[in-house]
Amino acid sequence: MNQVSNLRKQTPSQTVGPFFAYGLTPRQYSYPFNPVMENNLVTSGVAGEHITIRGRVFDGEDVPIADALIEIWQADSFGALDHARHGQGSSANDTIGFKGFGRCGTGSNEPGVFTFQTIKPGIIAGSSAPWISVTVFMRGLLSHVFTRIYFSDEAEKNQKDDLLSSIPADRRNTMIAERTVENNCVYYDFEIYMQGDRETVFLDV
Amino acid sequence: MTEDRNHKRDWTVQPPFIHPPYKSTLSRGPKKPLIPVRQSLLENSAPAYGNEVLGKLDADLTLNGRINGEPLGERIIVKGRVRDEENRPVRNTLLEIWQANSAGRYIHLIDQHQAPLDPNFFGGGRTVTDDNGCYEFLTIRPGAYPWGNHQNAWRPPHIHFSLFGLSFTQRLITQMYFPGDPLLDLDPIFQGTPVAARELLISEFSIEDTKPDYALAYIFNITLRGRNATPWENQP
Repeated sequence: MNQVSNLRKQTPSQTVGPFFAYGLTPRQYSYPFNPVMENNLVTSGVAGEHITIRGRVFDGEDVPIADALIEIWQADSFGALDHARHGQGSSANDTIGFKGFGRCGTGSNEPGVFTFQTIKPGIIAGSSAPWISVTVFMRGLLSHVFTRIYFSDEAEKNQKDDLLSSIPADRRNTMIAERTVENNCVYYDFEIYMQGDRETVFLDV
Repeated sequence: MTEDRNHKRDWTVQPPFIHPPYKSTLSRGPKKPLIPVRQSLLENSAPAYGNEVLGKLDADLTLNGRINGEPLGERIIVKGRVRDEENRPVRNTLLEIWQANSAGRYIHLIDQHQAPLDPNFFGGGRTVTDDNGCYEFLTIRPGAYPWGNHQNAWRPPHIHFSLFGLSFTQRLITQMYFPGDPLLDLDPIFQGTPVAARELLISEFSIEDTKPDYALAYIFNITLRGRNATPWENQP
């Protein structure tokens, strides 16, 4: 394809820096600015299993990072997406009533911990297992990274997943969140390691 | 096998994960190779945030933080067009910005730089692109500020930009700089970008868009990743 030369150049990424909170996650950090999106994705009446995803982000010295920004993007419990459509702008699909997008910084309350209140997604068309798309931004990261959250209680479906099965077993687990139930609440623990033996699988998407 | 709908990141343009002069990349940038994955419906879509999420003053940072008067500093118009690599406008997409005040101080609580906060400037804003992919903010020109990367390190004045686009792969967080700034040559964050691409981060002064007796204008055009016009199904 020789159209490549006609392309405009992508605008380079730059680090989110340490001071994003008042602009991107203002309510979480108690700044007086209305947030557009938060870490609670659950609106009333949304169908599906309510879950909390929680975790930390570790640097190469295994120190929890307190100025990272995590974003998640997922389907609803039926595997449907409320998404912007190419050429049509936003769809604002009220029949779904679930935005599927959340954002959380790691620098409020308990430093280093991010949490998302959401619902467990269904399986999207073309996939074998349910998963959530994740982006990670932070000071010290000039280009953001992509990863996925799969679920530990979906072992059978995970085995059939194209991506998971293409990854060596010792790294596969870095994308699988561990399910626990505490006081009737479902938690999935998902730790992100930027470097080292346990470095999370980051995706070239 | 379906060919990926969206273009990959262009690493001749995008900064690497490890850029030693920017010290915190050394312990934070991943070191193992990225794992290739076929783009799915999730990567080919993005959350929908349009005009309905905007507050009335969100795009005017000279107004949205006022307590008892006007913010101090030089008023500027920052505008531009968001397109993809194929030159198609990216319509109705959310842009969020945040920045230091005219003295080089962020309202963020962990910013301890000894420069004054401005009671009438917050520094956060957002808008949505129009049908041509155009956006516009009114704000105050941010100041330079010191940081701890190395002896006598100063960040060049910049405005942080966050964009969504229409695919999760188009997500972009970047920084806009100002033309003619001597700090650019000394800044390891700006210099972390491949040489040929650095100019894409520098806004352009525009006398045509400057509002007489009111505010200078800077143009910052943004290019998000493109996508193939037709998905190539059933290719080997």
